[in-house]
Amino acid sequence: MQFAEPLLLQSGAQIDNYTLMYETYGTLNADKSNAVLICHALNASHHVAGTYADAPKNLGWWDNMVGPGKPVDTDRFFVIGVNNLGSCFGSTGPMHTNPATGKPYGAAFPLLTVEDWVAAQARLADRLGIEQFAAVMGGSLGGMQALSWAIMFPERLRHCIVIASTPKLSAQNIAFNDVARQAILTDPDYHGGDFYEHGVVPKNGLKVARMVGHITYLSNDDMAEKFGRKLRNAAESNDYKFDFGIDFEIESYLRYQGDKFSEYFDANTYLLITKALDYFDPARAHGGDLTKALASTRAQFLIASFTTDWRFSPERSREIVEALISNRRQVTYAEIDAPHGHDAFLLEDARYMGVVRAYYDRIAEQLAGEAA
Amino acid sequence: MKFEDLTTLRPDLAFIAHWVRDGAHVLDVGCGDGAMLRYLEKGKGCTGYGIEIADDKVLESTRRGINVIQHDMEAGLGLFGDNSFDTVLCLSSLQMMQHVEALLRDIVRVGTEAIVSFPNFAYWPHRVALLKGRMPVSRSLPYQWYDTPNVRCATIYDFKELAEECGLEVLDYVALAEGKPVSFLPNLRGSLAVFRLRKKAKRA
Repeated sequence: MQFAEPLLLQSGAQIDNYTLMYETYGTLNADKSNAVLICHALNASHHVAGTYADAPKNLGWWDNMVGPGKPVDTDRFFVIGVNNLGSCFGSTGPMHTNPATGKPYGAAFPLLTVEDWVAAQARLADRLGIEQFAAVMGGSLGGMQALSWAIMFPERLRHCIVIASTPKLSAQNIAFNDVARQAILTDPDYHGGDFYEHGVVPKNGLKVARMVGHITYLSNDDMAEKFGRKLRNAAESNDYKFDFGIDFEIESYLRYQGDKFSEYFDANTYLLITKALDYFDPARAHGGDLTKALASTRAQFLIASFTTDWRFSPERSREIVEALISNRRQVTYAEIDAPHGHDAFLLEDARYMGVVRAYYDRIAEQLAGEAA
Repeated sequence: MKFEDLTTLRPDLAFIAHWVRDGAHVLDVGCGDGAMLRYLEKGKGCTGYGIEIADDKVLESTRRGINVIQHDMEAGLGLFGDNSFDTVLCLSSLQMMQHVEALLRDIVRVGTEAIVSFPNFAYWPHRVALLKGRMPVSRSLPYQWYDTPNVRCATIYDFKELAEECGLEVLDYVALAEGKPVSFLPNLRGSLAVFRLRKKAKRA
């Protein structure tokens, strides 16, 4: 969808004209009360669920969560997936032509914050005629967007579902992000962000960035169990190679993940999204007081975290819960004992899915109760 | 849940609900399936939160629509501010705690009033079992000694002493048998001890 009204950003910059890619699932009911907005994390898109007729293998990133009969049941809810500004899946981003110069934006694409994304999403909601969402939901960076919705547009969502997220990044989180950024920024093929004109992509930088990121998505136990110290091609030879090629399975796995990622993801997008993560800190404007930051919220909350997530650990989710309780907000908090680290929010887990399903049943009951 | 249903299904809860005033802000420590809090919300206009550690109970509580916080009570009530609740419920959970005294002090910190219940170890069939030289197994203590989640055994008199030491004034206590109060020889004839407590006023 095309937007011509300029969007003023937190940085002071503005985007005059932009496109937002979105997908919908299910049917909007007559009183437009059953809409659910799904916010994506770093590397995902508006393609939340299902496949396309011409791309049967391109499964939506949260297909285990969203769909007919799934916890977020598209037989009952009208679900919207939206690709954020600056991303690389069709919404306006650094790879698109800057109308001011006639060349791709590159590094000139303005930096965005989580709040900027939410402001853009709100315009999409306006256009779709949705005054109030039944729920806004997201995991990780998507959870930050959901939380921002509750702060910025308290009356526009009934429920806010924040999974494996945090009220702000820790120094360690920022450190990992900066290593990833440095890998991209120092890749000779980055060309100050204008690599499009040079017909190259900073693939090595992106690959290393993804490898670093990927480590933080997995738990130590999970990695130990999946890979341990297993050597690659151990069946052929169980000896060390004594070179800098691939000895261990984990090296092979991470390099493969990095390579795959660098094929499809945009380096400028990676940079700006990690920056948006770093900047997110709604309590900052309130002297670091998260309780005050959440005082404006009116939604009911479901917060969930995973015990082995060390990127955004349960302690971070508990900070949100504590601040909500201090404001006497309605909140349900599930701390799921799952082995898969941060990635658990994307994976199948009966307890996790069960709680989300039960929560959505509740939302559906509320809606039905009011319609009756 | 209607009061009649609660009376039939959980007579002890129905009795205890009388002690919670209408519209109270309630913390239910060890809220289980959330039936009590749901009843208090629907039936008495109360608000509040339940704390529960077990996955299946958290799920049931979520289904019931209460605000359940998955949290280990042994880790204390740090999520909650001082004096933030009118009433703190701790029903049939205290006897499972390692750190009974610490939890009780935390309950005093966050609430104005508290209602605490636990199986009365001095209930006469338990005494009879002990006289016969065996650990009691009853409807209120349905476990064998080696698999019981109840790591603390207390009687009405024992608890009264600890509560007072932790800064609580005993407003009332009853012993329930089959959900009905026992007034004659309660420490002997009641299987469930229920205390209604209030934070002692600080001495100036």
